[in-house]
Amino acid sequence: MSILSIEATALLYLIAAVCFILALKGLSSPKSARRGNLIGAAGAVIALVTVFLSTELDNVALIIATILVGSAIAAPISRRVAMTQMPQLVALFNGVGGGAAALVALLELTHVEGIGAVIAVAFTVLVGAVSFSGSVITFAKLQELMPTRPIVFPGGPVVMAIVAIASLAAAVWLVVTSDPTAAYVLLALGLALGVLFVLPVGGADVPIVISLLNAFTGLTVAASGLVLGNTLLLVAGTLVGASGTILTRAMASAMGRSVAGILFGAFKGGSTAGSTVASDRPVRSSSAEDVAILLGYAQRVIVVPGYGLAVAQAQHTMAELATTLEAKGIEVVFGIHPVAGRMPGHMNVLLAEANVPYEVLQEMDEVNPQFKTADVALVVGANDVVNPAAKSSPGSPIYGMPILDVASARQVVFLKRSMRPGFAGIENDLLFEPQTTLLFGDAKESLTKVLGAVKAL
Amino acid sequence: MDPITLLTFFVLSVFVGFEVVSKVSSTLHTPLMSGANAIHGIILVGAIIVAGQAENVGLLIVALIAVLLATVNLVGGFVVTDRMLEMFGGRKQPAKATTEEGAR
Repeated sequence: MSILSIEATALLYLIAAVCFILALKGLSSPKSARRGNLIGAAGAVIALVTVFLSTELDNVALIIATILVGSAIAAPISRRVAMTQMPQLVALFNGVGGGAAALVALLELTHVEGIGAVIAVAFTVLVGAVSFSGSVITFAKLQELMPTRPIVFPGGPVVMAIVAIASLAAAVWLVVTSDPTAAYVLLALGLALGVLFVLPVGGADVPIVISLLNAFTGLTVAASGLVLGNTLLLVAGTLVGASGTILTRAMASAMGRSVAGILFGAFKGGSTAGSTVASDRPVRSSSAEDVAILLGYAQRVIVVPGYGLAVAQAQHTMAELATTLEAKGIEVVFGIHPVAGRMPGHMNVLLAEANVPYEVLQEMDEVNPQFKTADVALVVGANDVVNPAAKSSPGSPIYGMPILDVASARQVVFLKRSMRPGFAGIENDLLFEPQTTLLFGDAKESLTKVLGAVKAL
Repeated sequence: MDPITLLTFFVLSVFVGFEVVSKVSSTLHTPLMSGANAIHGIILVGAIIVAGQAENVGLLIVALIAVLLATVNLVGGFVVTDRMLEMFGGRKQPAKATTEEGAR
């Protein structure tokens, strides 16, 4: 239906675009974040109503039915997913968005005129396909459907270079001839490129790649806006592309890594920190009772939670242990590494879910000076973020990443599942230091035992 | 629309995009990424337009796949972001959050 005039349509799209800007602005501060997200959703609703009322459309019933099916799939999954699995869900949502943009551009190819629009089609098809297949691989890595380690194979860089050059050639072919066959070839090459691009990325860097692919999808949406002559898509996509780029850089710098380094395989071999060398060195492992005594007679305890705590769903037990210790007059704070969990801010979400008060969650810069006066640093399921190799051994793949300075606490207790190295796949020398005690086992079981023993003290 | 107008939109949007997220604490990186992710689900508008103008059944099927994918991106993105932020809201009033937890 074309009920709305061109002016009214443009005005409503403008309102939707403003909603998206306010949404991003709101999401930048804890107080307004939730409202910001709702404003964004309202903007999306306005835009959808507008498109139905302003465009001459066939197949409206089918389109609405498809939207209902999509909502019926997406909403329950998003409601039910465990918070620990949220990063891969975000990756997946991003991927399907990129896929949708690529398909839209592909279908619009026969309608566009002018070389600029065809270039935009080529860009959208290629980058949308990269974003789709790349996101699927990041999903598989985070879901542990495939190894989280970087996957490199002989000749990998050569294959990657060939595919990249072929993609460019196909893009040029498409721009010159506007031939749909070229677009399908480009789509296939883009899918291959996305896979090759993400496979060599190490598990710990995957969140940064998700953020980067998110920015890519934003740009493809902007380009489809150019193709369709739709200003809302152009503005919304560009906003996401620009803010996503900033966010990617912020995340990378929180981990002490450069975006280029991640993309071109900074986790390459040649590291001195092979996990086979040191794993038979002696460590001091102890019982839950011993750990309870260490904690129960301390004055200051700093808890360093990591992904192990999250996978074991131990955040509630951890919160209870903290409350119990506080009831005994022991000061407990949580030191949160910027990338604790699997994404920046992920651990804050998990601990907030367990009702740990905001005041005891301290960021890295705030908590680091306090380790010197802490009696016990309790590291639960974290490894790479406390690995001194990041400071001391320039050959290590994590060298340069800011870490939590647990080594300066008087006692360090690690709750670990096994001696298996962390996400980055490197040994932690701190485990073999004399002030370190280890308690092996699932984080939740170990914490439950420690909690029982602390209560019995 | 003429290319210069579109370019103007693009350039100004880049600056707005840089500006709005320039000061964000690492605590909010995940929700912000997720929220931005939801916003690009607005490609649904584009998918609806191509589906509504599809000339044959083959093209319509491809377009409806695009509608489906875009809907999952848009709806899922906003819902999962809201769920993350719901928890941030809860910790500002721990007492209230605890009673809610108990009532569930």
